[in-house]
Amino acid sequence: MSSSDVKMSNNVIASTATRPRKLSAEEIAEIEHEMTLYPDKRAVGLEALKIVQKYQGWVSDESLLGISRYLDIPASDLEGVATFFNLVYRQPVGKNVMLFCDSVSCWIMGCENIKQAIKDKLNIDYGETSKDGEFTLIPVPCLGDCDRAPVMMVGPDLHRNLTPAAIDKIILDYQNK
Amino acid sequence: MDIAAYEASDGYQSLQAIAKGLSPDDVLQQVKDSGLKGRGGAGFPTGLKWSFVPRGGDAPKQKYLVVNADEMEPGTFKDRLLMEGDPHLLIEGMIIAAYTIQASKAYIFLRGEYIVSGQRLNRAISEAAARGYLGKNILGTGFDLDIVVHTSAGRYICGEETALLNALEGKRATPRAKPPFPQVSGLWGKPTIVNNVETICNLPGIITYGVDWYHGLTKGSDHGTKLFGVSGKVKTPGCWELPLGLPIRELFEGYAGGMQDGLELRGFLPGGGSTDFMLPEHLDVLLDYDAIAKVGSRLATGTMIILDNKTCPVGMVGNLMKFFAHESCGFCTPCRDGLPWVDEIFNEFESGRGSEKDLQILHDHVDYLGPGRTFCALAPGATAPLGSGLKHFKEDFDQHIKQKCCPYKH
Amino acid sequence: MAKVVIDGVTYEVNPDNNLLQECLSQGLDLPYFCWHPCMGSVGACRQCAIKQYRDADDKNGMLVMACMTPATDGAIISIDDEQAKSFRASVIESLMISHPHDCPVCEEGGECHLQDMTLMSGHNYRRYDKKKVTHRNQYLGPFLNHEMNRCITCYRCVRYYDDYAGGTDLSAQASHHHVYFGRHEEGVLESEFSGNLVEVCPTGVFTDKAFSQHYSRKWDLQTAPSVCVGCSVGCNTAPGERYGTLRRIVNRYNNEVNGYFLCDRGRFGFDFVNNEGRLRDAVKQQGDTSQALSGEQVQSVINEFKTGKTIGIGSPRASNESNFALRALVGEDNFYAGYSDTEHEATQLILQLAKDKAFHSPSIREIEQADAIVILGEDVTNVAPRIALALRQSVRNKALELASNSRIPQWQDAAVRELAQHDRSPLSILSTYVSRLDDVASDRVVDTLQNLAGIAYAVANTIASQSPSSSDVPTEHASVIEKIAAQLQAAKRPLLIAGSTSGNLELIKAAANIARALQQQKSTAVDLCLLVPEVNSLGMGMLTTAENKLGRALAKLQDGSATQAIVLENDLYRRAPQATVDAALEKADKLLVLDQLGTATTAKADYVLPTTAFSEHEASYINYEGRAQLSFQVHRCHSGAMPAWSWLGAEQVDEFDALVNRCASEAKGFSNLSKILPDPASFIAGMKVPRQSHRYSGRTAMKANINVHEPKQAEDPGSVMSFSMEGIPAQKDADVLASSWAPGWNSNQSISKFQDEVNGELKQGHPGTLLITRETAAAGYFDPADSSVSPSANELQVSLAYQIFGSDELSAKSNSVQQRMTDAFIGLSPEDAQARELSQGDTVKLGTTESNAVVCIRTGIKSGSAVIYCGDGQVNPTELPQCIEITKSGEQNLLRGIEGLIVSDLLEEDY
Repeated sequence: MSSSDVKMSNNVIASTATRPRKLSAEEIAEIEHEMTLYPDKRAVGLEALKIVQKYQGWVSDESLLGISRYLDIPASDLEGVATFFNLVYRQPVGKNVMLFCDSVSCWIMGCENIKQAIKDKLNIDYGETSKDGEFTLIPVPCLGDCDRAPVMMVGPDLHRNLTPAAIDKIILDYQNK
Repeated sequence: MDIAAYEASDGYQSLQAIAKGLSPDDVLQQVKDSGLKGRGGAGFPTGLKWSFVPRGGDAPKQKYLVVNADEMEPGTFKDRLLMEGDPHLLIEGMIIAAYTIQASKAYIFLRGEYIVSGQRLNRAISEAAARGYLGKNILGTGFDLDIVVHTSAGRYICGEETALLNALEGKRATPRAKPPFPQVSGLWGKPTIVNNVETICNLPGIITYGVDWYHGLTKGSDHGTKLFGVSGKVKTPGCWELPLGLPIRELFEGYAGGMQDGLELRGFLPGGGSTDFMLPEHLDVLLDYDAIAKVGSRLATGTMIILDNKTCPVGMVGNLMKFFAHESCGFCTPCRDGLPWVDEIFNEFESGRGSEKDLQILHDHVDYLGPGRTFCALAPGATAPLGSGLKHFKEDFDQHIKQKCCPYKH
Repeated sequence: MAKVVIDGVTYEVNPDNNLLQECLSQGLDLPYFCWHPCMGSVGACRQCAIKQYRDADDKNGMLVMACMTPATDGAIISIDDEQAKSFRASVIESLMISHPHDCPVCEEGGECHLQDMTLMSGHNYRRYDKKKVTHRNQYLGPFLNHEMNRCITCYRCVRYYDDYAGGTDLSAQASHHHVYFGRHEEGVLESEFSGNLVEVCPTGVFTDKAFSQHYSRKWDLQTAPSVCVGCSVGCNTAPGERYGTLRRIVNRYNNEVNGYFLCDRGRFGFDFVNNEGRLRDAVKQQGDTSQALSGEQVQSVINEFKTGKTIGIGSPRASNESNFALRALVGEDNFYAGYSDTEHEATQLILQLAKDKAFHSPSIREIEQADAIVILGEDVTNVAPRIALALRQSVRNKALELASNSRIPQWQDAAVRELAQHDRSPLSILSTYVSRLDDVASDRVVDTLQNLAGIAYAVANTIASQSPSSSDVPTEHASVIEKIAAQLQAAKRPLLIAGSTSGNLELIKAAANIARALQQQKSTAVDLCLLVPEVNSLGMGMLTTAENKLGRALAKLQDGSATQAIVLENDLYRRAPQATVDAALEKADKLLVLDQLGTATTAKADYVLPTTAFSEHEASYINYEGRAQLSFQVHRCHSGAMPAWSWLGAEQVDEFDALVNRCASEAKGFSNLSKILPDPASFIAGMKVPRQSHRYSGRTAMKANINVHEPKQAEDPGSVMSFSMEGIPAQKDADVLASSWAPGWNSNQSISKFQDEVNGELKQGHPGTLLITRETAAAGYFDPADSSVSPSANELQVSLAYQIFGSDELSAKSNSVQQRMTDAFIGLSPEDAQARELSQGDTVKLGTTESNAVVCIRTGIKSGSAVIYCGDGQVNPTELPQCIEITKSGEQNLLRGIEGLIVSDLLEEDY
């Protein structure tokens, strides 16, 4: 029997798959540096996700595959890690990520009012990005500054003793940056 | 504090003692004698923990020291202070700990959000390396040590030492079964000790000034000082280093200034979000591990969260439950599937739809999520405020049901 | 042994195990999810909680997870304790929070471990009234469905797929109650063992796609103990039939052979049985016309073949009985091998070595005990896949050793893996291309076949200087030779794997030399695993004399010394060059071909007799170890097909046992064959074993659309099994245990009730009989043959490649398998491709043959060599020369290309 009697198969494997993104020279340099700090490349996988995020703002499917290929770590392993940790973003985020502490001390000190103030100002809730693409609001576990609650981080900066009034100014400052 | 200032105040003196011939076993003995207990929350004797690391010729060559700087316990703000304020104290302590177990590599597992801490630690490491306190053949002892600051990608569960090790290995931070303990099979399967920042920061004092000095710091059964914090609606919230064994009242009224005007103390969590509520009647209990355990709670991180009479206890517990439910790693059933249910029920209470049936389910979960039921201590930690909250603030829960709303909001 | 008190009763238990395993071994009911008998414990689900007491005075006790607690001597535990029961009820209550409760429309229903455990744990009232968590499902390829909403997050799937089977494209994702198990994006699950997820998953997250499209309940499937016909391993299976079609295959436990797992060829490759192209009637063919033959006419045809100069050509994919029947009909002298001459020579050599006391042919269970392994030239994953899965366990012996040194119990699965990291027992793979096992290999050598043989001879020579060395040893391999020799000598249980599919006898001989050298040092028989490609390659080989090669048969037909031929279930166009077969068949006066599906050979036949497929008849096969296994008929065949042996008039259809006994007494080497037959004394009052369960539904109505009269149940006088629900289900004789069931245990997990202990033998003795007895006193070493091949400037040295989906003729006719197949390809090194200006996916003509193959550029192929995969009969391997020139061809009529080919070394375009 020749194979001519066999119906055409339906191979959809490669055609729909995401293409990897080639990592930039800066990303590779940082990843290579991390390689010197850990005895196993699996540990570098998580670092690479953070490095890519530093440059790209978030970790796209293409970036994830780029890391997978560069480090030869299965993409599904990387995905398992990327989706586990709070600070790896698998969706695009705004220019400034607001890490909003809503843990117990901040809650007692009225963080819900602060959150409302942000919502009033930017019209965003948790996980959302403001229309202008400037801010993404993400809740974060206790930021360890409870004696100056409520607190939040915007980008790398910590803002303490927040009041609804302070929020206006903070937002303005970043918008003008 | 830079290295010159640190050295000027007896910094790195302990290393001189090691250079003069203090052996790892000598250090271990001193740490055991000091009675130092882990400051991360569990209060396990540090010397005993270290003594489980295999020694001798058959032991694996590579060992690791890991510092747990993943401060994330709700209401806890002490390690940040140490790392931002006195990074060399941590580095010196790490050299002592690593020397004791003969670990040539150490990682500081730092919260990703602690950006200033990271900068200061990295600077301190470079300064220490430049002085020969780190790197190869430290002060001619033949002992090598490299320290790497690893920033976490963020998960409360990483505070659990074995989950932390998985995170450090780039894996999902689910806890590991114990036994085997990390001292036997830890980071990359090698003997590892994991200590909290504050624990490590106790070491330079013990080695430099001696065990007797350390014991002299306190009057009670627990030795040494501890960072104590107070947050919530007190007059002067803050964090202070105080000897163990002080009455809670001294911290609460003396240092934190008592309640803000017009508010009364309703209760407090003595050591972060995973501890049982204590009540105003407990203010004269001493701040040490045993005394607090006797009244049914835990000293844990030593950072108190104050509940006032205008804040809803149901809401406060609910806030904690949401936190724990979200931070569950998802590995074992009771924690993964039980906490979200508890969280949902608190949402119902919050919006006035709580019922007697729900209350019963909450009570059931206190038992269901308790110690020994789950894979690690996360869910049992959550049951501490839950169980004690249900007990001490029963009428508040009842009022939520009766009034079909949160009485503190209406 | 240790003593443990469980609910007041003292039991003898194995202290090396955990309490859950020991409770199950004792036949006690204790619910669990995340633990698996061969994957150990991780303590995730918390379902197996029990009460443990410190001592006899401890009245409170504490809850512990049975799976995470060692069965230490003196332990006092309770399963029945109220607190433990209530905790277990809480666990199942929360596991079921987001479960969709879609049991009525779930293909797992009725054999669902989750259903069983829910009932056992006492969860029957639902308190949760909030929103459920829901998930999106993924497309996972032609084999498996994904229904994540049913997931109870036991982590078994990833533990099996990644940790046990070495898969890399399934992971746990997200966290807390949103944990998700899937690929990083939609696509085919790559592991060759993905199908086991169907059985590993305790509920219906991963289900058999083909079965799901038309599923039946377990109790509505007619089933019987069967043996997989996909390769020479002979995994035990339980096929299920309903309404006249074969619906699925599930694993049937055999602790020596397949244990709990099958490969995807075995699980999904059965569908050819339902193929529309199945031959249905006995016909006489003349030109383009064919004419049906009556029973009497067939009889007279057979009689014609009984007289005259008739030869018979056997088949490695046919049973012992059919081959024997043909041999009996034509006479031993006129019975010829039904595979290529090279393969015949290799098989005869393998059979010769099988009688040598110096060696032992290891079962899969024994392979898993190996602590140093060398594979010579065989692509185990694609030739004998289940063995590749076993080798992934063998390399873990190092981890188990390290664990035991650190006093970590072996069942502490995650802890053992963490401790060992990448430390594995040595596995050296010598092959002509990078294999799917290379990720766990300690050393891999990719070179030409004769260089590989040279290396192997040198390893033997390093171990024992009497073993002759060959001249074909490239100096670059000196260190690996030393290393392999040292590893084998240091091992407690070394294992050599070679076989006939490499097409190189020297590799088999060299493997034997290594094993013999080791045997002389260790003074115990050394594991020598010699693979053959087909289900009964060995059985047919044993029935054939060394001289009776296929080439000789064809020559006899051509020169007229034979004038009539009977071809048994075989397509000769896959076994010998087309021109040779054409010439021989054209000369033959009469050609009778028996087969299941039409082939190029049936097209040439004067008479075609349709034969039953593996599930439609009782049969025995001999696997690679020489193990004879009995495969029962599962269902009736509703066409005119009959077992070949029945057509050939050896015995009546109902006299299978008599035929087995005749074969045992007449055929040399088969004297133990009768032992595979079930012992009639073990059947209660002579009652038969029903193929249908007690609950089999619709019997009186299932054919009402055809005829409202209830048909009489078909009789099966020759078998110990019946086509009905009546009889006594097999509890007495494991040979007829198709599908395990015990009260409260409807899923496959009920198997523990039939094992003498968890992972042990089935209580009634293990199925299968080793036929070959080793009697030869140690023979000498083989001398290397001068096998130098010198390709000319443009030529490439040829070796063959295999594919799990496609290399096996019958499974390649199955629908889902076809979706995973590729075209015939030629693997080339990047340099050779570049030199010929070929790119990935081009089509080339192979030398002087008429065949084309797709270019497949792989970094794991040595330059100067070409690795050819023949596709499903697209390239005739016997036409390929040792060295070949290739030319780019305009031919684009190939079917599938090589998209979807899963190899680790495919040259990737720059990105």
